[in-house]
Amino acid sequence: MTIVFEKTNGLTDVQTHYCPGCTHGIVHRLVGEVLVELGVLDKAIGVAPVGCSVFAYNYFNCDMQQAAHGRAPAVATGIKRVHPDNFVFTYQGDGDLASIGTAEIVHAAHRGEKISTIFINNAIYGMTGGQMAPTTLIGQKATTAPLGRTEEHSGRPIKVSEMLATIHGAAFVERVAVNNPANIRKAKKAIKECFQIQLEGKGFGIVEVLSTCPTNWGLTAPEAMKWLEENMMPYYPLGNYRRPEEVE
Amino acid sequence: MTKVLMKGNEAIGAAAIQAGCKYFFGYPITPQSELPEYMSRELPKVGGVFLQAESEVAAINMVYGAAGAGARVMTSSSSPGMALKQEGISYIAGAELPCLLVNIMRGGPGLGSIQPSQTDYFQATRGGGNGDYRMVVFAPADVQELVDLIIEGFDIADQYKNPVMVLGDGMIGQMMEPVEFKTPVKRELAEKDWATVGTGGNRKPNIINSLYIAAEDLEAHNIKLQAKYKKMRENESRVESYNIEDADVVIAAYGTTSRIAKTAIAKLEKEGYKVGLIRPITLWPYPFDEFKKINPNCKGILTVEMNNGQMIDDVKIAVEGKFPVSFYGRTGGMVPTPDAIIEHVKKIYGGDR
Repeated sequence: MTIVFEKTNGLTDVQTHYCPGCTHGIVHRLVGEVLVELGVLDKAIGVAPVGCSVFAYNYFNCDMQQAAHGRAPAVATGIKRVHPDNFVFTYQGDGDLASIGTAEIVHAAHRGEKISTIFINNAIYGMTGGQMAPTTLIGQKATTAPLGRTEEHSGRPIKVSEMLATIHGAAFVERVAVNNPANIRKAKKAIKECFQIQLEGKGFGIVEVLSTCPTNWGLTAPEAMKWLEENMMPYYPLGNYRRPEEVE
Repeated sequence: MTKVLMKGNEAIGAAAIQAGCKYFFGYPITPQSELPEYMSRELPKVGGVFLQAESEVAAINMVYGAAGAGARVMTSSSSPGMALKQEGISYIAGAELPCLLVNIMRGGPGLGSIQPSQTDYFQATRGGGNGDYRMVVFAPADVQELVDLIIEGFDIADQYKNPVMVLGDGMIGQMMEPVEFKTPVKRELAEKDWATVGTGGNRKPNIINSLYIAAEDLEAHNIKLQAKYKKMRENESRVESYNIEDADVVIAAYGTTSRIAKTAIAKLEKEGYKVGLIRPITLWPYPFDEFKKINPNCKGILTVEMNNGQMIDDVKIAVEGKFPVSFYGRTGGMVPTPDAIIEHVKKIYGGDR
């Protein structure tokens, strides 16, 4: 019998806690596969955030540290400076990275810290129960924006990839989505390229992944995918925002 | 070995490097900036890394990452900066990581001043960050002791997998004194087999974490931590005392104020007064037992600090109501004078010498 698909050794056998229809599972799998395919799983040290993916330390099959809310890039910096030959990555959500941890991500990028960041943007705070995130869209309802986000009150949603692409030390910045098989393949390609940037010592890399939160969006899983395509993608355009050749 | 004249802040850096510290993450703040400056010059020479973080918050989290990766690592700051580090210190305590923290205190609250103070006693000994955690807090009184305690502090941190704090003030950070770098007594330390260094493909992943989502798991973790703190209480408390078995009045003071108290005591002795001194070297664990040795006929204890009365709580716990406890302190960067301490001691005597 030919094996056409098997679980990657990049993930442990632990059952994840994610809600049905949430795309964290897809992204975990992609990261795990890339760690194995690049042959860096044994020397990888990951940093888990606070938020839905806080338990990532139980799921990735490599050494892991759990960081305080938003501080993963600082923790990863400490690790990388001690072990420059190891592969160091952070896995962060939008509350973690785009709100409380903006200073840490901006300055890790600014230093050209040789770490890789997977940034899950689902336009909401998931774990704490659907509060407004910096990435919540205009008009989108959240438990702390019951009438929907307005620009006048909260400003426009922050575009992390566009912002980080202006920073010299950020060698690789790409926004992807995991809403259909074609985009999932593109996402994996971006993650692989991002990780290679670190292995080649070229600087900081980040992949922003547009993701779903059916539970807090109040939608079914298929509806959530449709909502992502119709609402998130127009505001958060997919594509590469920075590659090493653009770095002087 | 010969003595060298060094500024307190630079002596801390030299001692840390002698102790094998290779990593320093910090952020400038007066009156401790000579320390990160020293580390930025000297650490690269020994193959180490100095990194100026974007904030105190980032610095302490870099310490967390480096400590979790198995390194000897430290950070330093002064009071408002140390306040910002409290989140990270709580996580470091929760995840049981070893590191050395230096707080060269200045006046507060808020931005306060850049002058010396002892206003962070509560913050250092009671937690500061969230949760039920403790750490050994050293209060050196001169630059030589600063050097000795920095070196041993790294070993204590490693032995207990816990942060250790050296609590000085602007006076000790800025003063120059002759110091000798002796060969430190080394503790027997276990391998850091818990560190995240990459699995190498031959073991299960190591996880550094302070999250225990199930109540029974977190309680079990806290019981384990408290057992560790109990051992620290039993083994790491340190104190210097002088003439307390015979004293009519005992002064309790630490760090800079203990030196001024010693000058006051010498003057008082010449006038025929019998005054003793208890100088806690560890503010946590507090040397409660030393107070049991005080002359039962002692008229009272005078606590002297550069704050509005923080250690006085521990002194009251220590004397168990057996002696009246009074307080003299200056704040805002004002340093108590020996004469003012003498006046307070004489008040306790009440004319009865």
